[in-house]
Amino acid sequence: MTSTLLRRLGWPLLGSVVALGLTAPASAAEELRIGFVAPITGLFAQVGKDMVDGFQLYLDDVNSDFGGAKVKFIVEDEQAKPDTAVTRAKKLILQDHVHMLVGGLLASSGYALAPVSTADKTVYIAPVSAADDLTQRDLPKYPYFIRTGWTSSQPSHPFGQWACDQGYKKIAAIGADYAFGYEVVGGFQRAFEACGGQIVQKIWPPIGTKDFGPYIPTLRQDADAIFTLMVGPMSLQFPKQLAASGNTKPVLGGGTSYDEFVLPSMGDEVIGHVSALQYSAALENPKNEAFVKKYRAKFGKVPSYYSETNYTTAQMIHEIIKNNKGNFPGQEEFVKQLAALKLDTIRGPVSIDEMRNPVQNIYLKKVEKKKMFGYDKEELWNTVIKTYPNVTQFGQFNKEEFLKTPVYSRDFPPCKFCN
Amino acid sequence: MTSQGIKVLAVAAALAAIAIVVPNTNSFIILLTTRALAFSILVMSVDVLLGYTGLPSLGQAAYLGAGAYLTAILATRYQFGLGYDFWLVVVLGILIAAALAAVFGLLAIRATGVYFLMITLALGQCAWGLAYRWNSLTGGDNGINLRGRPKFGIDLANEVTFFYLVLGFFAVSLLLMYTLVRSPFGRSLTGIRERELRMKILGYNTWLHKYIAFIIAGGFGGLAGVLWAHTAGIVSPENVVLTTSVDALLMAVLGGAGTLVGGVIGALIVFGLREYLSTLVPWWQYVLGAVYVLTILYLPTGLMGIPERIRQRQTLSGKREDVKKIAPVTS
Repeated sequence: MTSTLLRRLGWPLLGSVVALGLTAPASAAEELRIGFVAPITGLFAQVGKDMVDGFQLYLDDVNSDFGGAKVKFIVEDEQAKPDTAVTRAKKLILQDHVHMLVGGLLASSGYALAPVSTADKTVYIAPVSAADDLTQRDLPKYPYFIRTGWTSSQPSHPFGQWACDQGYKKIAAIGADYAFGYEVVGGFQRAFEACGGQIVQKIWPPIGTKDFGPYIPTLRQDADAIFTLMVGPMSLQFPKQLAASGNTKPVLGGGTSYDEFVLPSMGDEVIGHVSALQYSAALENPKNEAFVKKYRAKFGKVPSYYSETNYTTAQMIHEIIKNNKGNFPGQEEFVKQLAALKLDTIRGPVSIDEMRNPVQNIYLKKVEKKKMFGYDKEELWNTVIKTYPNVTQFGQFNKEEFLKTPVYSRDFPPCKFCN
Repeated sequence: MTSQGIKVLAVAAALAAIAIVVPNTNSFIILLTTRALAFSILVMSVDVLLGYTGLPSLGQAAYLGAGAYLTAILATRYQFGLGYDFWLVVVLGILIAAALAAVFGLLAIRATGVYFLMITLALGQCAWGLAYRWNSLTGGDNGINLRGRPKFGIDLANEVTFFYLVLGFFAVSLLLMYTLVRSPFGRSLTGIRERELRMKILGYNTWLHKYIAFIIAGGFGGLAGVLWAHTAGIVSPENVVLTTSVDALLMAVLGGAGTLVGGVIGALIVFGLREYLSTLVPWWQYVLGAVYVLTILYLPTGLMGIPERIRQRQTLSGKREDVKKIAPVTS
């Protein structure tokens, strides 16, 4: 019965082909086209908004003028899905002929976009996507890839040392069950155990867990502290439920557990929790103060590291284009010049190491309730309690030896002191 | 049967039109069409189950995943499938997906209707769980990157060449499935869809018929997976997740279940809206949502049902006029 409809299928097919054939107009010369890939819809849409806002704020600051070049900022929605990220990147390269790709949120997006940059010989700058191996063991595969953000384990290395300095001997770790979680926890474990500490437990709740009831009671009672790595809504739920369980142990956390992206939605239960990251909105320097005030006035919220890193990335691109008198120096040359850049940014002095990852300050931050920057309300802020200057992605470890070990995973470093 | 001949000609003409028009557009359109065509094979396999056998499968992405992960793992670990052995990978991809379907089918086929839907959903999620958690094999959340497409005489890295290859596979799949649903075996599937009990009474082993249809659909899913892996160059749990299965099902329904080509139209429209319109306007999701809602409310038979409805309306209104003309005379 239904097969009688086959006859008329010619025109709808043709129609859709023609509709698809309408292409965007070719762009004018003497402009710098920056393709930006971020999640605009879906679960991570709010993070994506912070990313775009940060970059856009810098463009507004300089009136989209990079040393004479007019910046055309084209945002595409990657929906936090790797293969969507690839199609969008292809669209930006093939149709918009962008000079460079910027963006990608999750590690998986970074892993998906880096090969595109190699295949299409287009610079890809990752301000957020932090997958360790992109600038470590996999770097030779991606000659057009450069990072302006961080590697997941970068803040964890000094953090582990700090935990030793506090006199903690045994720590129980609980982290989101995916690559980013493994890398943040893994980096912390390596550093903490290198200075004599013991990770006595590793628990991996699935990403998106809302009820930690099954996990919290199993946390080892003999641990001196708890190390957590949460992302998204998990960051809000875990501290609440941990506090409700009557926990009295100190809580340490990966940067995203207490980033300003989640901090305003948190309650007083997180006061005193310590985390490590390359940025805090509570950094006390004039650049940051101006940035926070400007950002807050414009977007109604305190900037997160997602905002800052994209603002800074725009600043770095500006610097290179300015040095070339408003011209794009070519793909290889751009990567080379950006890799040699030293810049004083909002988050402090940043340079890029020979494996194209930033060398930067890592801030140990404690959540405090206080007034800052002249705002008249008491709010939660990530007060910097210690600064580790010029930390590389290998931290206190020897680069060659580091690269010989496998990338952090569920099973590496092995949990020697568990049981 | 001549009308059937015209329909086949129309499909062939449409395929020829795609083959001619698409390579002359920009490379992004070529890439999108390639992806849509590869995915269409999966949608058609859903349609064989949904439209012809009456089995709404919500786990079809598992077979896409099986083919895609096989391709990616062979290519990255063993450098296998990047030359002439690509054809071997195609065969293996079909076989492994069919084998997976043979296992899943044993569990799923015993149920019908919403229960079948639930079981296939659960099995699909098992496949997703494997892809997500079996880090050492699948790369977990990060997925697997393929480095370059196969090269054998022709270089598939060229988007146009690859487009023709996928179009070829698509055309062959369409032909095979068309032959399948029109074969006596396909007719018995339709019989099962219409009234399974009657088919049983007539002496058909309906379980076996459905089981075989399920395996064949799985095999085509695997083929779609092999091609899909090479379109984006990345295979991740996103390809196996529930929404991919739902997408395939919705595309089949949107185009019109039980028409095969309807699914292709559905796929082209959804890809067009989601991947292309979304680059132009931020409110594309409303358009996609409206298309789905309107189709289900007003076109339960899908877009392919439009001509039929128009014809019905014409004949209906025609009859009414006849009645009016006749009425005064008789009264």
